[in-house]
Amino acid sequence: METTIKQTVADPKLQLAIYTATGRLMAKRSESIASEVLPDYQDLRTQANLLKKQAIENLDWYLEQFESNLALHGGKAVYCKNAEEVADFVLGLARERGARLIVKSKSMTTEEIDLNERLEHHGLEAVETDLGEYILQLAHERPYHIVAPALHKTRYDVAEIFSKRLGVENEVVIENQTMIARRVLREKFLSADIGITGANFLVADSGAVVLVENEGNARLTSSAPRIHIAVAGIEQLIPRAQDLAVFLQLLGRSATGQPITVYTSFLSGPRRADEIDGPEEFYVVLLDNGRTRLLADPEKRQSLYCIRCGACLNTCPVYRKIGGHNYPWIYSGPIGAIITPQFHGVMQDPWLPFASSLCGACAEVCPVKIEIPKLLLQLRSDVTAAKASEGKSGVELLAFRVFAWVMRHPRIFGFLGAVAAKLAPRVPKSMYPAALRSWVSERELPMPAPQSFRQLWRKRGRP
Amino acid sequence: MPRVSLFVTCIVDQAFPKVGLAMAEVLERLGYEIEFLEAQTCCGQPAFNSGYLEPARAVARHFLRTFQGSEYIVVPSGSCTTMIAHHYEDLFAQDPAMLAEVERLIPRVWEFSKFLLEVAQVDDVGARFDGVVTYHDSCHALREMKIKSGPRRLLSKVAGLTLNEMDIPEECCGFGGTFSVKFPEVSGGMARTKIESIVRTKADTVVSIDSSCLMQLQGAMSRAKLPIRTMHLAEVLASK
Repeated sequence: METTIKQTVADPKLQLAIYTATGRLMAKRSESIASEVLPDYQDLRTQANLLKKQAIENLDWYLEQFESNLALHGGKAVYCKNAEEVADFVLGLARERGARLIVKSKSMTTEEIDLNERLEHHGLEAVETDLGEYILQLAHERPYHIVAPALHKTRYDVAEIFSKRLGVENEVVIENQTMIARRVLREKFLSADIGITGANFLVADSGAVVLVENEGNARLTSSAPRIHIAVAGIEQLIPRAQDLAVFLQLLGRSATGQPITVYTSFLSGPRRADEIDGPEEFYVVLLDNGRTRLLADPEKRQSLYCIRCGACLNTCPVYRKIGGHNYPWIYSGPIGAIITPQFHGVMQDPWLPFASSLCGACAEVCPVKIEIPKLLLQLRSDVTAAKASEGKSGVELLAFRVFAWVMRHPRIFGFLGAVAAKLAPRVPKSMYPAALRSWVSERELPMPAPQSFRQLWRKRGRP
Repeated sequence: MPRVSLFVTCIVDQAFPKVGLAMAEVLERLGYEIEFLEAQTCCGQPAFNSGYLEPARAVARHFLRTFQGSEYIVVPSGSCTTMIAHHYEDLFAQDPAMLAEVERLIPRVWEFSKFLLEVAQVDDVGARFDGVVTYHDSCHALREMKIKSGPRRLLSKVAGLTLNEMDIPEECCGFGGTFSVKFPEVSGGMARTKIESIVRTKADTVVSIDSSCLMQLQGAMSRAKLPIRTMHLAEVLASK
């Protein structure tokens, strides 16, 4: 992991790509929420936070409400505990209906459970139809960013991927690249048997799935094939359709700076008798995959408020240095740093909550006001507690116990400071302890002052 | 005039004593009687931010004991003030007796620039500083204490001083306590991004209200052989 972070930071081309893309998204976001255009932005955030709190604190109730309202329109809710259950459901349905080809629109939830790989393993073809996701599928890579999955790819990278995987001429004009993808994907849309989408929101009081997108591929995915399956984490529920007035204003702006995205689809149930298009069958997979475990912690359960806008990634100075692929899971950036340890257990990637300067820029832009720095701090103490209980504390716990002891003994603190001030200038860099070696690998080290404040103050005499 | 108790912070005490002296000088000039309690050490933030709550609590208890009798505690750091005024409550959430003590402490703890503007109610301390400066918003001061315009207002009253704003004044310098040594490349990269912005201002001095940010920026600027120095706001305000 260390070397990869190092490589990313040292790669000027990649740094420029990340910086430019996230910077552009941030600038657009700022414009779109400026007080002249959206005076009630802060009120909307507060409302969104309260609505999500209401949904998450009463999730069982809203799930049942959603399920019964969905059934009223002829849709069917499918509860799945984990990735295997989702794959089994889709495979079973495909077998029964004789389906072979699946088109997919962008969905972090399906990325989370490696759905494509699981389906392909059983002989189904699952094609991503979001342009960024399609590029990554061809390149065999996972998303770099929650909203802009191929953010790290330049058009020259895309030209190379297309010519290698699609056998087309080297094409570096973005519009033409889009047309190449469009030609391939149109064929897929027309012959697919099943369309799988995610869900940006599940609306409990109307049993509707809301999809938000810019390319129109999600709308095609959900309406062209005979069967539509929406895969959603159970936390994507919101109480009422009217709450979309809050969430839709915030999502597009926070994600890409759009007051509203190009397409917003409200899907409730399959095609009705008097309708000319839409699927014959409509399923909503309600995925747990560890979410109910997060509900157990009254403080940290706010992590489930996330509406996957990606604003915290764009503003995060750490994400902007290390990029998306150095995070251990598909959820990167600040939100990834708080949910990954909760889904996987803190000891799987114990370094993750520490990879933050705690600057708080994420919390400032979060449209649902998740207290990310506070949760990072809690996860840090969860890590140290887990290490202690597994007997893996190492020298750090000892070091902080010594620190606390010294800090409770001001004379010893003063004495040690005076000793350090005398010795420090004579210690060669090669003999520095690890932490100081790490410091000087990037920066000059200030020497302790020859005389500390307490020494100088004593000499100065009390006024 | 009431008496003011300095909490100079461990880093200023040991590495940047001039900042503490400058703060004392400015406050004395305003007529305050200054006390420095020698029992003081650290607020406990290094342990707290590293996930070691017990050691952090031990240091916090020591702080509370040390300053129990002080009416005004003035601190040359937004970060340490935040630790005391925001996170002690988290540390002692399960301990009602300590929590009550923390609640009594919080209104008495003042970040230096905030104390000048809100308690002393002065923005012009009669300082003179000939130079072009840029102001770095330290994260905790900015985002947890909403300190943004105050230090700039104080700087605007300094004779001879020109303030040039960065294009990214609010971006983190990359210090982050132990983060700076746990992830040196990332921390160093963040510092370089900030420094590029500093250079664009053509300032000769970077000013902040946190010595830890300044240590990071100075360390990285010296490494890059840039002739730009860092100064704590107190040092600028003490200049004549």
